[in-house]
Amino acid sequence: VARRTKIPATKYPVERFTLENGLRVVLTPDRSAPVVGVAVVYDVGIRSEPEGRTGFAHLFEHLMFQGSANLEKLAHFRHVQGAGGTFNGSTHLDYTDYFEVLPAGALERALFLEADRMRGPRLTEENLLNQIDVVKEEIRVNVLNRPYGGFPWLKLPPVMFSTFPNAHDGYGSFGDLDSATVEDAQAFFDRYYAAGNATLAVAGDFDVAKATEMIRRHFGDVAARPAPELPDFDEPDLDAERRDSYTDRLAPLPGVAAGWRVPDPIGDFAAYLPYVVLAEVLTDGEASRLVDRLVQRDRAVTSIGGYVGFMGDEFQVRNPTALLLQAHMPPGGDADKVLRTVDEELERLVTDGLTAGELERTQARIATHLLRETDAVLGRALPMAVLELQRGNPGLLNELPKLVSEVTEEQIVTAAAALRPDNRATVEVLPGAAA
Amino acid sequence: MSATTLPDLIPDAKLKLPRQAERTLPGGLTVIAVRRPAVPLVELRLRVPFSRAALPRATLLSQSLFTGTGTMSSVDIAAELQAVGGGLSAGLDPDWLVVTGNALSSGLDRVLEILAAVLTDPAYPNAEVATERDRLIDHLQVAQSQPAHLARTALLKRMYGRHPYAVQTPEPEQVRAVRPGQLRTLHADRVRPDGAVLVLVGDINVDKAIDAAEKALGSWTGPAHQETMPPAPPLQAGPLHLVDRPGSVQSSLRMALPATTRTEPDYAALQLANLVFGGYFSSRWVENMREDKGYTYGPHTSIEHFLAGSALLVSAEVATEVTGPSLLETLYELGRIASLPPSEEELEQARRYALGTLRLGMSTQAGLAGLASMYASFGLRLDYLSDHSAALAVATREQVAEVAARYLAPSRAVTVVLGDAEKVEAPLAALTPVERGTA
Repeated sequence: VARRTKIPATKYPVERFTLENGLRVVLTPDRSAPVVGVAVVYDVGIRSEPEGRTGFAHLFEHLMFQGSANLEKLAHFRHVQGAGGTFNGSTHLDYTDYFEVLPAGALERALFLEADRMRGPRLTEENLLNQIDVVKEEIRVNVLNRPYGGFPWLKLPPVMFSTFPNAHDGYGSFGDLDSATVEDAQAFFDRYYAAGNATLAVAGDFDVAKATEMIRRHFGDVAARPAPELPDFDEPDLDAERRDSYTDRLAPLPGVAAGWRVPDPIGDFAAYLPYVVLAEVLTDGEASRLVDRLVQRDRAVTSIGGYVGFMGDEFQVRNPTALLLQAHMPPGGDADKVLRTVDEELERLVTDGLTAGELERTQARIATHLLRETDAVLGRALPMAVLELQRGNPGLLNELPKLVSEVTEEQIVTAAAALRPDNRATVEVLPGAAA
Repeated sequence: MSATTLPDLIPDAKLKLPRQAERTLPGGLTVIAVRRPAVPLVELRLRVPFSRAALPRATLLSQSLFTGTGTMSSVDIAAELQAVGGGLSAGLDPDWLVVTGNALSSGLDRVLEILAAVLTDPAYPNAEVATERDRLIDHLQVAQSQPAHLARTALLKRMYGRHPYAVQTPEPEQVRAVRPGQLRTLHADRVRPDGAVLVLVGDINVDKAIDAAEKALGSWTGPAHQETMPPAPPLQAGPLHLVDRPGSVQSSLRMALPATTRTEPDYAALQLANLVFGGYFSSRWVENMREDKGYTYGPHTSIEHFLAGSALLVSAEVATEVTGPSLLETLYELGRIASLPPSEEELEQARRYALGTLRLGMSTQAGLAGLASMYASFGLRLDYLSDHSAALAVATREQVAEVAARYLAPSRAVTVVLGDAEKVEAPLAALTPVERGTA
């Protein structure tokens, strides 16, 4: 019988309040390093962009860096970096985030910068055309000019889902990007970028009372505008297997990805969490079931990974989402054989259960991954901003290692039993380049 | 009343180094322990000198290091590590074999025991090594279809000529010929404690952590394998080296320029000159190429240090149709920084960025572990952060201009472009002599 390692927990304090304009604020002070992280998250993502405007949520994220009421183009970047900080933003299926990490003495500057663009970006034709060019180069680097570009996060959703919000390409077609207008951008801002549709989180080395005062000073008079109603993007689960394949002209070796729908990550968290653990039982490290079987014993794949959420953001995604497996195969690899073996291993798990210590060691490793991310101020500010936005519960970040450690073998078996061939969506990459 | 003016910065407190301890064990392994108790974890980095080891064997050894010991299989090793929330992996650079890992801090003793078994009692089982060999070959084939890899391969050849740094990844066919017995021999010859550095950072008592390392790794012994890397040759500027990648929708533009090591007096000024030119988003080159022209998404420059030489690398993926204009802007910005001093404002902004990001880099266990291990590989310690901060704080505009003239002059650049030669050769040749070459 394996020794059980005690799973430790973090105790990051959490202060929450809401401004009169509806902006929800989370403060999580920690004075162990003289740095702060600031995150602003808006409740709009790829799933909300209109038909004919694929890629628009991401393009708009770029436009939020192009100047605002008191800031010329380039000023945002220069003010953050000239304070010794770094910045970025990213567009997800359900939200868009903007963030800075800075030396502690630059906190008020970051708050000023975020508040200024929350009042409205400077939307000009020139900046729009410039950023359409930049976004096209981003898509070329990450998708078009490299092997396995967009695999599987852009390639599996159209196989798995039937509705536009869930199925479409979130990076966008060049045609749709080219037809975007300044008016589209203004309408998108007006509809989705209301203070009441956003959260602000600050983590790190600051005094709560002083930070609260600064936040009121900078964000307090951002106009209140109605937040849009939260859309429901649910669609029926698959009633039969779906499959597709495509040729990647740059890929020298075949690949395959499969996905299964999972319970609602927010509405039914207790049923969802076992799938997060199952993904690791199946694929985390050389001792995991699928790596041991497919990589080491059968040599049917070169690598295999498993995770929940198309962007790997399992605690920051709404329904519908999926558990995904993705594998790269050696020359001549057989995707059908790989899928049959996955089915066989899932069946074995359901029939025989887990081996001694298998669940405990996987839970310990997940705890390390979770704790490790929270060591960085941004690893607290960003997830807490999203957890506040989606669940009203930023403190969940402290509880995740313990909740993961409480998942039972029975729950893992139940989750594994739900991953069947007849509710699976699969996409194969066929190699178009000579190996 | 909304705030319309930029709030002032509150000046940084004095740089504070974390508590640390160091001991060199009788076998020659140096152990450095650093305390940052923020989360109950420990980060581990081990560097073992590996200069001039035969590349195909060394690469496969790094891939196979955890395949088995006298008493544990690869699955046993992985499962035992997981049980304490741990994981270890290995990699290779031209100077070092590097082991990277982490675990719950309560598992430190166990991780060190497993690491010791891997170092002192390796098995390299035939079947597991054969699997890792096949995986590595597949991985190398995929790398050879990636433009970033092909461009770097071509640039290294042009930079280093006959020096060992010229080739940093093996050919698939070379790896295919490696046998498990050769890995056992290489391990016995080169995986030795003398000159190796182990860094432990996290929620630990630094003295007890070093005791634990001594207890676990005291049995790791054996004479050092003396290898010295010859100094890297000076860069030889020449025609732009154009590597054809038919159908490529982007061109990979790469340049190498000379640079100094971290300990030379010019280094702080060179780092600032690099920042003003292209080393961060708010640099001249990035603002020009991306935010003004829209030619590229993520252009960047950096100073790369190996034990036997340093270089400043310039890198951008640009649309095929603007490859010529992209080279034009790059040559212009290099010429400008090499010929004219930066403004005071540009310099102060770069200085604050350098000083601030240095603090950000020290703010996590993983960041500290990476810094401590990397500095130790050059014979430096974390107090270098204080010395370097002081040097950054006082570098003058004149020093930055003088260094830029010497190191960032476009006439000194080694340039490689990987792209659709049929489309980009003529526009490039309008600006500089071009020779066709291979990756």
